[in-house]
Amino acid sequence: MLERLSPGTDIGGFCIGECIHSGAMGHILSVTRMDRFAKMVMKVPRVGAAESAEGLLGFETEAMILPALSGPHVPRFVAAGDIADTPYLVMEMIAGESLDQALARGVLPAADVARIGAAIADAVHSVHVQDAIHLDLKPENVILKPNGTAALIDFGLAHHARYPDLLAEEKRFASGSAPYISPEQVLGTRSDSRSDIFSLGVVLYEMATGDLPFGTPATLAGLRDRLWLDPVPPSARSPGIPPWLQEIILRCLEARSDARYQSAAQVAFDLRNPDQVRLTARATKSTRAGLLTQARRWWNARAEHPVSSRRPNVQAGVAPIIMVAVDTTHPNDERQPALQRTIAQVLSLSAEFRLVCVSVIRAGPVAESNSETERAPGIHLEHLVRLRHWVEPLRLPQQRLSLHVIEALSPADEILEFARRNHADLIVLGAPGPEQYALAWWRSVASAVTANAHCSVHVVRVAGRQKDDESTPSDAPQDPEQGGAVRQDA
Amino acid sequence: MGALYRGKNPIADPLSALSPSAAAMMSGRIRPAFAEKNLIIALLSDIHSNLEALNACLKHAAESGARRYAFLGDIVGYGADPEGVVDIVAGYAKAGAIVVKGNHDEAIQKRAGYMNEPVKEVIDWTRAVLSADRKNFLSSLPLCVREGSICFVHASAARPERWDYVDSAAAAQRSVEAAQTPYTFCGHVHEQSLYFKGGNGRMSTFGPTSGHPVPVHSRRRWLALVGSVGQPRDRNPAAAYALFDSKLEQITFFRVPYDHLSAARKIRLAGLPGSIAYRVEKGI
Repeated sequence: MLERLSPGTDIGGFCIGECIHSGAMGHILSVTRMDRFAKMVMKVPRVGAAESAEGLLGFETEAMILPALSGPHVPRFVAAGDIADTPYLVMEMIAGESLDQALARGVLPAADVARIGAAIADAVHSVHVQDAIHLDLKPENVILKPNGTAALIDFGLAHHARYPDLLAEEKRFASGSAPYISPEQVLGTRSDSRSDIFSLGVVLYEMATGDLPFGTPATLAGLRDRLWLDPVPPSARSPGIPPWLQEIILRCLEARSDARYQSAAQVAFDLRNPDQVRLTARATKSTRAGLLTQARRWWNARAEHPVSSRRPNVQAGVAPIIMVAVDTTHPNDERQPALQRTIAQVLSLSAEFRLVCVSVIRAGPVAESNSETERAPGIHLEHLVRLRHWVEPLRLPQQRLSLHVIEALSPADEILEFARRNHADLIVLGAPGPEQYALAWWRSVASAVTANAHCSVHVVRVAGRQKDDESTPSDAPQDPEQGGAVRQDA
Repeated sequence: MGALYRGKNPIADPLSALSPSAAAMMSGRIRPAFAEKNLIIALLSDIHSNLEALNACLKHAAESGARRYAFLGDIVGYGADPEGVVDIVAGYAKAGAIVVKGNHDEAIQKRAGYMNEPVKEVIDWTRAVLSADRKNFLSSLPLCVREGSICFVHASAARPERWDYVDSAAAAQRSVEAAQTPYTFCGHVHEQSLYFKGGNGRMSTFGPTSGHPVPVHSRRRWLALVGSVGQPRDRNPAAAYALFDSKLEQITFFRVPYDHLSAARKIRLAGLPGSIAYRVEKGI
């Protein structure tokens, strides 16, 4: 096969360039084609009697799953050759540096761990939302793009809920990479998307400490240690690690998948909002669990490990991020109780939500105070106090809640951007208030958010409270797209 | 015509390729199995005299581009429209469809001791209703048809006459080994499922999502349980069937909602057991 892969030869219409990587599973080559300008890579598995069936199986899996994935966090699928004849897979080449190259330069400071970690969590969430699980998350498979986002490569061990899992019965040691695979993967489970969250925890641990939490075990017994052995707390290895980062890392590394973060979006949220991370005993742990606890954990690990029967895209939405935009400039507005009632209803539908309360205050030339320096902190705090007061009647536990006061010129744009960045599953906000009655509906914050949001939007309106009758019909939400999203709140 | 065929890969374009390859087949140069390469085959099983469900699936299949049809047995039994359903299936058979026999079809010609009372009651009623011609059509059906890379059978391809259920990986393995073809399409078990030979040679099972094509490469062994058109039993009353695209090598399972309440009402009106009507209503 290799002689066919020398530069200049043609496979399936693609002109072979240099060999980028040659590994146990096969070769990765850069390729070009006359009609395409984008840089591409071709993966060619090792074929032959002496080669392991694994390489081909991984190839077949990737050839099946990659075309089903899209978005900026995965390589775009270009073409595949017939596996029985000329097996190859051509995909977009993602420009950037792989995380293991970045790690070779040394341990990263907490802020960088959070920034890069959040970008990786975004990529993992995007894969989960598309009903797939990567199952081989490790620094070599993460590409850090120049724009600050991350992409995942190599879906040879991945699982997609809509496709048969060719590796399902494959319980051999080789499934996954020993330092990174989750306890349930060690036991042969390939259908729990929270496995990727465990691997993400290992990657975060490595970024922050330069060490691997469970080493590089070479035996099955060594691999099984992670079913019960808790890792050395990151701050014991690198004293500079802040409690919030240790909390996030150790929560990802929980042996039981139901004790971890339930979605990668939640990990990304905490990494981006360190001051909103609720700290538990994990945050300040300085040693491993005591001998007695270890023994108990070891005993319990002998019992069956809980496994999620949820599909990845369902699991990704099990812990929804619900964002409510509260107008703290008008705290006594009659819309506030209606908004609170709606939020209470929405939250009652799920046990593991996270409520993100956002108040956008207008920044700009018309400031309430003349001096920028004396204005900012005082105003900010005042709105934060009002926001906390607003959410108080809901009596939510601290870990379900986060509060944000943001200054922006355009509240609608800020709400949209904040929701997108934090993977909000639902935005709840009020319909235009009395001071906006003079405006056409399409100029209101609610209409702009409704029209442009990446997720569902719930617009709350006080029953019986409409604009005055003299308003022109065109101001009312007549457009089905807008009107459909408006719910009259009784 | 021969030059045209040689000059153009018939697989490259499904529509324009059809006639040259059909012509090549008629001239006797290639085997029928190759000529069928561009076809989407509708796989319908366990219709059980349910005319409403059959019509809904046939309409859905035609709209989805089905060019060939395979009926995988149990054309009659349970439902109130044996004549209408047999006539439709016989019409498709005349036009070249594949039809195999199911255990309910067999019970029309010889009594089946293993069936329970309500089922026997419907079989006796069906036997009385069907004309000699229609009964002859059912009794003339083969148990198993192998065509190209596909084996069509009602139950297990290993001893089809025993009507063994393919309800485990081991049973699927036996059926696939007996079939000796990459694909085995069957019914009998009223649920949709895809068995496949995984990396280590063992059979695994997969629960498909309605409407999502699943790639099924012919270098592996696949066994599809296509579900029941006329009597689904997974608490979802919608009719079940599948489409196999032999060129793209992919299978798509479908659930098609139909007027199941009318079908159930007709069972009661015909004086057949209410328990059977209830099953159609609830999909159990």
